[in-house]
Amino acid sequence: MSETIRTTIAFALFAIALALAPVVFPSGLALTMMSLMGVMIIFALSYNMLLGQTGLLSFGHAVYYGLGGFCAAHAMNYVARNKLGVPLPAIPIVGAVAGLFFGALLGAVSTRRAGTVFSMISLGIGELVAAFAGIQRSFFGGEDGIATNRVKLAPFFGYKFGPQIQVYYLIAFWCFVCVALMYMLTRTPFGRMCNAVRDNPERAEFVGYSTQRVRFQAFMLSAMFAGVAGALAAINFELMNSQAIGAGTSGQVLLMTFVGGIGHFFGPILGAMLITFLQISLSDITKAWMLYFGLLFILVVMFAPGGIAGFLSIHQPLLRNGRIFKLAPSYLMASVPLVALVLGMIALIEMAHHMLVEAASDGAKMRLFGLAFDGASPLPWLVAAALFFGGAFGLKLVWPRIDEAWAVAQAEGKKA
Amino acid sequence: MLQLITFSTLNGVLYGMLLFMMASGLTLIFSMMGVLNFAHASFYMIGAYFGFEISRRIGFWPGFIVAPLLVGVVGALIERYGLRRVHKFGHVAELLFTFGLAFVIEELVNMIWGKLPVDYRVPPSLDFVAFRLFDTTYPAYRMFMLATAIAMFAFLILVLKRTRVGLIIQASLTHPNMVAMLGHDVPTVFMAVFGVGAALAGLAGVIAGPALVTQPAMAALLGPILFVVIVVGGLGSLGGAFVASLLIGLVQTFAVAINGSLKDVMGPVATTIFGELGGVTLAQIAPLLPYLMLVLVLIFKPTGLFGNRES
Amino acid sequence: MRKFTLGVCMAALLTAGAANAQETVKMGYIDPLSGGGASVGEVGLKHYQWLADQINAQGGLMGKKLEIIPLDNKTNPQEAVVQAQKAIDAGARYITQGNGSSVAAALSDFVTKFNDRNPGKEVLYFNYAAVDDSLTNEKCSFWHFRWDANSSIKMTAITNYLKSQPNVKKVYLINQDYSFGQGVRKLAAEMLKAKRPDVQIVGDELHPLLKITDFAPYIAKIKASGADTVITGNWGQDIALLLKAAADAGLQANWFTYYAGGAGGPTAIKQTGLQHKVYDIVEGNPNTAIEAAQKQEEEFRAKFGVTLWYPRAVNEMRMFAKAVKEANSLDPKAVALKLEGMTADVFDGGQGTMRKDDHQFFQDMYIRSFGPLDPGAKFDEEKTGWGWKQQGKIAAADTNVPTTCKMERP
Repeated sequence: MSETIRTTIAFALFAIALALAPVVFPSGLALTMMSLMGVMIIFALSYNMLLGQTGLLSFGHAVYYGLGGFCAAHAMNYVARNKLGVPLPAIPIVGAVAGLFFGALLGAVSTRRAGTVFSMISLGIGELVAAFAGIQRSFFGGEDGIATNRVKLAPFFGYKFGPQIQVYYLIAFWCFVCVALMYMLTRTPFGRMCNAVRDNPERAEFVGYSTQRVRFQAFMLSAMFAGVAGALAAINFELMNSQAIGAGTSGQVLLMTFVGGIGHFFGPILGAMLITFLQISLSDITKAWMLYFGLLFILVVMFAPGGIAGFLSIHQPLLRNGRIFKLAPSYLMASVPLVALVLGMIALIEMAHHMLVEAASDGAKMRLFGLAFDGASPLPWLVAAALFFGGAFGLKLVWPRIDEAWAVAQAEGKKA
Repeated sequence: MLQLITFSTLNGVLYGMLLFMMASGLTLIFSMMGVLNFAHASFYMIGAYFGFEISRRIGFWPGFIVAPLLVGVVGALIERYGLRRVHKFGHVAELLFTFGLAFVIEELVNMIWGKLPVDYRVPPSLDFVAFRLFDTTYPAYRMFMLATAIAMFAFLILVLKRTRVGLIIQASLTHPNMVAMLGHDVPTVFMAVFGVGAALAGLAGVIAGPALVTQPAMAALLGPILFVVIVVGGLGSLGGAFVASLLIGLVQTFAVAINGSLKDVMGPVATTIFGELGGVTLAQIAPLLPYLMLVLVLIFKPTGLFGNRES
Repeated sequence: MRKFTLGVCMAALLTAGAANAQETVKMGYIDPLSGGGASVGEVGLKHYQWLADQINAQGGLMGKKLEIIPLDNKTNPQEAVVQAQKAIDAGARYITQGNGSSVAAALSDFVTKFNDRNPGKEVLYFNYAAVDDSLTNEKCSFWHFRWDANSSIKMTAITNYLKSQPNVKKVYLINQDYSFGQGVRKLAAEMLKAKRPDVQIVGDELHPLLKITDFAPYIAKIKASGADTVITGNWGQDIALLLKAAADAGLQANWFTYYAGGAGGPTAIKQTGLQHKVYDIVEGNPNTAIEAAQKQEEEFRAKFGVTLWYPRAVNEMRMFAKAVKEANSLDPKAVALKLEGMTADVFDGGQGTMRKDDHQFFQDMYIRSFGPLDPGAKFDEEKTGWGWKQQGKIAAADTNVPTTCKMERP
């Protein structure tokens, strides 16, 4: 199969998945979540244009997302007030223009250098813009933010976008368009030049490209897509406030992108979906969810720096030549201690959290995995510790077998 | 007015010295290992909490000695079992590791000591008025903080300039590869530097805890400012970090003391030109000034005020 | 892991949709349960779970049990909207929230739009602690009810009290630089001018919100101004650090605050030794409350180890139950119509009224100061041995501030 056909099929499947998702998950919560995922997919991919493709680590990407969102919110209010004939689906273009504009303005000063200097300038600009948002109240609306009403715009073929399902399809449409555009961009000579600037700036200069200009262009485009994401967020929430512009949002997009995997185009998509899902649902299950987030991030950095996408992609050649089954026995064997390790860790964290935070007011009795027990007695602690350390030890024992299986699978793959 | 200037200077120098206690370790770690340690302010926070925990059980002075050492050990362990593992994946991975670490430390502190400020008190032996000037008192504890910071600064200079270890560290600042080639055990030096840097931050935490408030957000409040200090001063330049610390300490303190806004200087024209910005007082934007400095310095001199390397 | 089951339910809901019928009356509690705001949100949740237990012990609402669904809004307005959607999906027709006026504004706006677009599925929003004036003025909504006194009412009470304090001559205003802080500053200046024209405002400061680690420079400024009284709306670390720096510099001034009684506040005041120099303005004082309230306070403290911070939450749930009974319906619209203009006994004694024009609750307010407990006083705070002492009582009728609300009724 040629590359183009495979890509076309992949995008066709992506479009079908987007279209059918609400049929499979029809509840209001699922729609809210999937709408947010669509927004975050665009945002994370735009971030990866910088980090993964051009090698620029930014700590202030939320600036363009937020400014795009604020401009979109104002545009919606302006259109509604003056009864202009602009329908809601056109609003993300406002976000794109705003992102592009601010990307050009702030990118001109921040992309003159790469590396640490770029990172630090992005941090400084991020903090400055966030603080500026608190001062310039007429535009940013103080900490209340700017509220808007998407229904007040001109109807689009009869649709008024009140129900969430209509908003979902609007976001899905823009998500598809942006993903396709960003993918195509990586296939252009410009996309290749970004990689060259990331990997070997000196040689890129020798070939005759200005690395500074390539960085600047990549930055502007990335800011433009972030602006679209921000505009979609404004449509989805009907509210933009200054938290969307701050360091927290910048950190969040970094987390999504990195956990998903910066080395592959589809990595940030996975990361955005996973992190959005966890963010919305994890806080119902455990109050220590922020701790799990931090640990997840550290573990990915330490053990799977390629992220989820990196992990999947090393299996792809094996899957293609059918050698994946060679790995199955050793993976199955490793899964036992791994599950023990994870269960032990969760139990330790949850028990520690309960005893330290809640025991004072709720008592030592607690429930975990459907079991009720007394957190003050030593037995559950011993069990959890045994699971944790036993799992760690078991994993260490099994690890050489995985290595072996890998070597065999790969060697056979080569022979074949 | 004189009163305001005197106390603003004192407070500014004190804040600057506190910043320097942390920035010195951060810049050493950065110069030698190339790691921008996002978790550095977290060591400051751990120091304050360790100090609190020890002072509650034994007393302030044992905490003053033991807590920084403990923080140093924690730092060294993190380097040995965390950072070193990530080292092979490159600087971005190292930076992200410390980024996640800062997050986890904050959550752990939240869990162990709660979200509210803890009752970390000034020791009774230092709980008196040092002097009274124009009817305003200045607590002895703040003088003690200043003295500790200066003593630590002198000690650092002494070690760097007069000992063999200092020589190696200075060499690693500018020529890390050459030092490795000369046969020094660079990983161990790294671990030691990381541990000492963490201990210095821990010491800053122990003495700042009772004067400011010991609470889980204290790391997040200071962290970004530390980056500003070492970047404005110049990456890898200890002298630069010192100057930048004092500069930022004084600028922030004096900006608070001044009520002027653009409107006061230019008249009502300011509001027509700058909109709401024209009416904002300098005191309101005081915490912003360091970031403004950061961006301006990096635009005009990417190596910082006294540095000579960019990354 | 108490909420593990809920999590499983949510996962099931994702696929199944909101299928299960209303065998209980569900109320979504949407406040911070993680991060910096959690210390406040957790205590609020305890209040509501305790109050729900009380209602259920008396037979519930129209024979159905009331169930509180805790949802973490992470102190973020956009996140709060997502969580409100979650509450509605789980079958809640009532939501309550208190911490953060920006979150309250977002929720009020969300609920209003939601009800507009989903007639017959209306949701009612009870606000127990967000005090921004705009919520019952230009941003008012038929679907929003507020039990906490808004910023204007609190400042009216403070300035009424200051009228009786002739030794107050020079006042310094220091507030957080965001809409609430700016509102406090504006109200203080206006009301002092009207009620005490002789008082001189010697300083008017706004500082960045939750960003200051050392207030010493600000205290130096207050000292230089010669102020004898400071008025501040600061909360959280901004009030604790401010008082600490004031004590360090030996500033002898009286502090009139909105939130010195918040979590960590009493500990900080005790630490600084500012005995009966820090005042706050509240809707109830445990040490002087009626006997029934003191009994409940004791029960609450014994059960949870914390102060019953929110007498207004008790008022809210009391009136909610009363409205359900009077309307003989669980429909939010019918309940809302009954709540409008309702008069009820309040927790600390006396009566309060939910004003129909803007859905703002009015009741007697109390000025208290913090210091060593008087003999006979029962309740200290945060185990400091110090407690609140009533210094003044402002009748509900004297806090009747006007409103600009033009409510759109369904």
